[in-house]
Amino acid sequence: MFRITRKESLNPTVTLMEVDAPLVARKAQAGQFIILRVDEDGERIPLTIADYDRELGTITIIFQVVGATTEKLNHLNEGEYICDFAGPLGKASEVTGFKKVAVIGGGVGCAIAYPTAKALKTNGAEVHSIVGFRNRDLVILEQEFKKVSDKLVIMTDDGSYGEKGLVTDALKALVESGEKYDEVIAIGPLVMMKFVSLLTKELGIKTVVSMNPIMIDGTGMCGGCRLTVGGEMKFACVDGPDFDGHLVDFDEAIRRSSIYRETERKTHEDTCNLFKGGAV
Amino acid sequence: MANMSPKKNEMPVQAPDVRNKNFSEVALGYTEQQAIDEAKRCLSCKNKPCVSGCPVQINIPEFIAKVAEGDFKSAYEIIYRSSSLPAVCGRVCPQERQCESKCVRGIKGEPVAIGRLERFVADWHIKNSDEISKEPLNPEGKRVAVIGSGPSGLTCAGDLAKLGYNVTVFEALHVAGGVLVYGIPEFRLPKDIVKREIENLKKLGVKIITNAVIGKTLTVDELFEDGYEAVFIGSGAGLPRFMNIPGENLNGVYSANEFLTRTNLMKAYKEDSQTPIMKAKKVAVVGGGNVAMDAARCAMRLGADETYIVYRRSMDEMPARREEVEHAEEEGIVFLTLNNPVEIIGDENNFVAGMKCIKMELGEPDESGRRSPIEVQGSEYVLDVDAVIMSIGTSPNPLIRSTTEGLETDRRGCIITVDESGRTTKEGVYAGGDAVTGAATVILAMGAGKSAAKAIDEYLKSK
Repeated sequence: MFRITRKESLNPTVTLMEVDAPLVARKAQAGQFIILRVDEDGERIPLTIADYDRELGTITIIFQVVGATTEKLNHLNEGEYICDFAGPLGKASEVTGFKKVAVIGGGVGCAIAYPTAKALKTNGAEVHSIVGFRNRDLVILEQEFKKVSDKLVIMTDDGSYGEKGLVTDALKALVESGEKYDEVIAIGPLVMMKFVSLLTKELGIKTVVSMNPIMIDGTGMCGGCRLTVGGEMKFACVDGPDFDGHLVDFDEAIRRSSIYRETERKTHEDTCNLFKGGAV
Repeated sequence: MANMSPKKNEMPVQAPDVRNKNFSEVALGYTEQQAIDEAKRCLSCKNKPCVSGCPVQINIPEFIAKVAEGDFKSAYEIIYRSSSLPAVCGRVCPQERQCESKCVRGIKGEPVAIGRLERFVADWHIKNSDEISKEPLNPEGKRVAVIGSGPSGLTCAGDLAKLGYNVTVFEALHVAGGVLVYGIPEFRLPKDIVKREIENLKKLGVKIITNAVIGKTLTVDELFEDGYEAVFIGSGAGLPRFMNIPGENLNGVYSANEFLTRTNLMKAYKEDSQTPIMKAKKVAVVGGGNVAMDAARCAMRLGADETYIVYRRSMDEMPARREEVEHAEEEGIVFLTLNNPVEIIGDENNFVAGMKCIKMELGEPDESGRRSPIEVQGSEYVLDVDAVIMSIGTSPNPLIRSTTEGLETDRRGCIITVDESGRTTKEGVYAGGDAVTGAATVILAMGAGKSAAKAIDEYLKSK
């Protein structure tokens, strides 16, 4: 059992939790993930590590309520326990040896982009962060990004905060203004990562994306998280989650991510109804 | 007075058209009377050929003699001396290739039903006895780490605990049991049975830590730094193989591991489970091993109208345990032998809509000694299915080998052992089971766990 030591609502659908998991915290690095199970009958879901504190032995996770499991997780409070919490899994992001990097985060993906931006900064890179959200209410981690970025551009779809437009618009503008990046790191919805990768391919900038497909065990056992990268089959859990954005077959990944959409919607509804009825 | 019937006592089972719709255990087990009657078929041969066929060398005639006397408790004690998981072995061992293949009664008629008797004795013990072996936990004992709580790890842990070592088992998943819980389905091996066997190990003093992914959460070297004096790696062969044919990433193509894990470990067959699974109507399972049989029989129980086993060789070469093949056939699974998939076809939404297969014929024997399958040119056809389960084998996971310096592996990723005992190229590290051999059977893994426990004991005593 893993105790929740802190809980904070970042926006109406995004929550931050710090979890007491000393063995995971001892090893965790930016780009890695954990697998959790909320309770005895719950499913296993992967969540990327948003931060860690080796001394306190805690791991920070940030999640958006999108299905039954995240709904149940969101109903847990400080001092309560998560049934299972395993990690750190996957390979760490490469964060050393860069001069200037553009870190792009979309929506809740910013939670994953943040530790990478922070690690890059700590390792001496100049970090330009571009973070995109649908609107002002959904903006998260602004202060955190400010601290670790030499330049921060906030984009919203409707222009209610920062600049109006997509993260790709901001990246294009920065490159056109003369910025030269060794690498672009894009973390967010599959569609965003796809279009960032298309743009950077045109611009000739190496690009790394963080894939978050459906998985069960997170240790290479189920093969559910398989992707096509450069024409080869890769498992996101053990070969990734970071991959060369110019080689990932995003269209296939988008199709694979929708396999259980209908069942998930129904299970989520049922779970919400349970909470509404006060049965849990 | 010996029972000279040439036939085994039949195993009572659930009727095929009933059981193919539920996940309850298929075989129901002998009654006391059936067990005694079957035990009397044993001739108590002096040279005990059956024992030589048992990877953990259970004294088979001795335990069967006790069953014949109705002394089931003593029978259990005899089995437990050699096997830590009798209720499991009685259910999943391929007895027809092991102990029973050596039975003298098998020369003219059927061999003694050793597997069924073992199962009877283990189940009797679960029902009738609370006492467990009294070997005390030895907190002063040297510490040994066991990686993986599957058959090899549990056996190794049990044997070491019985020898007075302080054993901790590290399991990557949230529950102990390895393939016994994520792979083998409830209807073949009830999870309560596995749980009981693991509880028995805990009573011997074995500690089990779940959610500990060795190679990630901790490394083998860190285990030594933490004070463990020897390490046994029984991490299995978890990485599923695919065929590398077009369409394998369509929605509705599963590895057998994923399909079985969703079904068994995550209980997707239960109404209240939150883990989703596709309930396909026409399912093709590719492969001919026990895992393929398990996957096909699960698919059937999850509501498929038609389930096929697609296997590139013939029935004679099929590696699955005979009883599983027979049970699958009785349950209505269609065997398309001498067939091989060449492509999986998708619909406009990228879900599986069919599988293109080619007919095969058998040529000369290959390096495995089995006749090798050859494609029959121009025989392609499309099998109408909406899900495909790939069950063509697994290889060991890279997490441990990539983080353990000095631990040598072969080109398949299997850990190299330098002798029969499971000693690896790294001092103090032993390995066994599928992590060494590649995908094999529960009992072979148990045999390896047993030899390694003995070798670890000798190593630590000489240290």
